[in-house]
Amino acid sequence: MSDRLNINKTYKLYIGGKFPRTESGRAYTIEDSKGNTLCHMSRASRKDFREAIVACQSAIKGWANRTAFNRSQILYRIAEMLEGRKAQFVDELISTGATKGSATKEVELSIDRLVYFAGWADKYTQVFGSVNPVATSHFNFSTPESMGLIAIMAPDEHPLLGLVSNLAPCIVGGNTCVILASEVNPFIAISFAEVLNSSDVPGGVVNILTGFKSELYKHFGTHMNVNAIICCADNKDQIINMQENAALNVKRFILRNKVNWMSDAGQDPYFIMDTQEIKTAWHPIGI
Amino acid sequence: MSKNGIYTPLDFKNVDFNVSIDEVGVGDRLARIKSRSIKKASKVEATLMAINMIDLTTLEGMDSPAKVRQLCSKAMRPHEEYENIPSTAAVCVYPNYVALAKKELKGSGVNVAAVSTAFPSGNAPMSIKIEDTKFAVDAGADEIDMVISRGKFLCGEYNFVFDEIAKIKEVCGKAHLKVILETGELETLDKVRLASDIAMEAGADFIKTSTGKIQPAATMPVTLVMLEAIREFYYRTGKMIGMKPAGGIKQHKDALKYLVMVKETLGEAWLNNKYFRFGASSLANELLMQLVKEYTGNYQAPEYFSID
Repeated sequence: MSDRLNINKTYKLYIGGKFPRTESGRAYTIEDSKGNTLCHMSRASRKDFREAIVACQSAIKGWANRTAFNRSQILYRIAEMLEGRKAQFVDELISTGATKGSATKEVELSIDRLVYFAGWADKYTQVFGSVNPVATSHFNFSTPESMGLIAIMAPDEHPLLGLVSNLAPCIVGGNTCVILASEVNPFIAISFAEVLNSSDVPGGVVNILTGFKSELYKHFGTHMNVNAIICCADNKDQIINMQENAALNVKRFILRNKVNWMSDAGQDPYFIMDTQEIKTAWHPIGI
Repeated sequence: MSKNGIYTPLDFKNVDFNVSIDEVGVGDRLARIKSRSIKKASKVEATLMAINMIDLTTLEGMDSPAKVRQLCSKAMRPHEEYENIPSTAAVCVYPNYVALAKKELKGSGVNVAAVSTAFPSGNAPMSIKIEDTKFAVDAGADEIDMVISRGKFLCGEYNFVFDEIAKIKEVCGKAHLKVILETGELETLDKVRLASDIAMEAGADFIKTSTGKIQPAATMPVTLVMLEAIREFYYRTGKMIGMKPAGGIKQHKDALKYLVMVKETLGEAWLNNKYFRFGASSLANELLMQLVKEYTGNYQAPEYFSID
């Protein structure tokens, strides 16, 4: 036994490419299956959510204007970084009660899923876009374009894979996002933020908060800057409230609380299309 | 104060060259001012007040008549949805657009301010600066925002700066004169204080921090020093001088901190747009967003407010 003191990580939030503490100064405790304290997490407040939205908003233009090829490279880079830290994530998942087998599978699937969506970056516009026959002398195109700012409520189960499977299709399409991490095992999301931070993902494109869904769901619905909500949570009242408030600025509401993230159903090009808008352009011919 | 102890206005001899500023003290004072908490009803009141103190500004090479018209309409009705939102104090434009702005704002009570004296550098012969000012005044400007010759000031030619301000004040006639010190180029708080004193003694109605073209523009330490200069000038002469921090104030919270600073340094008499202005453009929407957030309870997004 070494008499050295452990240096434990302080888990903070991830906003605008930085790791700030919650402005509220609050924390909550995460325990393992035996009731031992695993770590303390920042309990994000309404104001942290607002700060994240501000960071997210300022990143939209730069991110949407990146070439598809560049976004693809960056997603692939995240996968590379995660591959290099596989062992750490397996250990972290085991500490939450997963078996070694399922933990390894979850990390590997997460990496593969990032590569999968990286591959879609320069293809989805071709697959889902169209050239439309029209009666006048025009070329008529319909192409998917990013919606803007997406608020994601990540699933509680599979804290890494669930996060990655929702985040990747969102940002590969040029959106930026604010994510409320798994409430049960949030610290893995913050470790993943370190991966994002070293993967050339511009600050503000992905912002990760930890805290209580019950405290933050209202602001998901009411914040006028949010263009779509991806909800992986189960609470009916919260879902209804978010859907109702979404009407304020006609947010899109996407419910993904029945997806089995460990299966093939967890990777789907239609996940990209969930946060895309089809825009049509008329271009005159022969002038 | 002149030698015999009797104050005679507009006299260079009144300028006191021996005032020095305690930077640490300024920092301490600001730390306390920043700690004031303004919430709910007071926040709404302060925000409405701040909107009413804005000099809505466009000073770009690419300004156009349409841009100025748009700015004027925004100044008169910052946000259509709520009737209780006041107009801004003024619009601030280049002399070329004064006549147009004056026409657009007719009868609205919103003033037209023109930047003048070879804004923003001030590096032009005196005759041209006078001409520049005359042109703006003749076109109907209610307020003139002049720049001082920072080069001369930093060379120690203080009397040149004094005379320059006094001369422009004369040309202004009825128009209010704001003197831009461009504090970002003055290097120390001591010099900011000295420039403030010179401007006030030379006849400025307002002293203003910056052109907005140099970084840093308005900062809280500089503003506090200038407010204190105004306070001491008032104690000495009984004349109330206005203050205009300009450039760099973009956040709602910062704007409220400036109001606290005015209230706690000069008192309530200065808390109106006759004696305090914000030189800003993007601040207006920031204030409106906060206001609508207070009214509706929902955080707002820029796309629901007019572009400026």
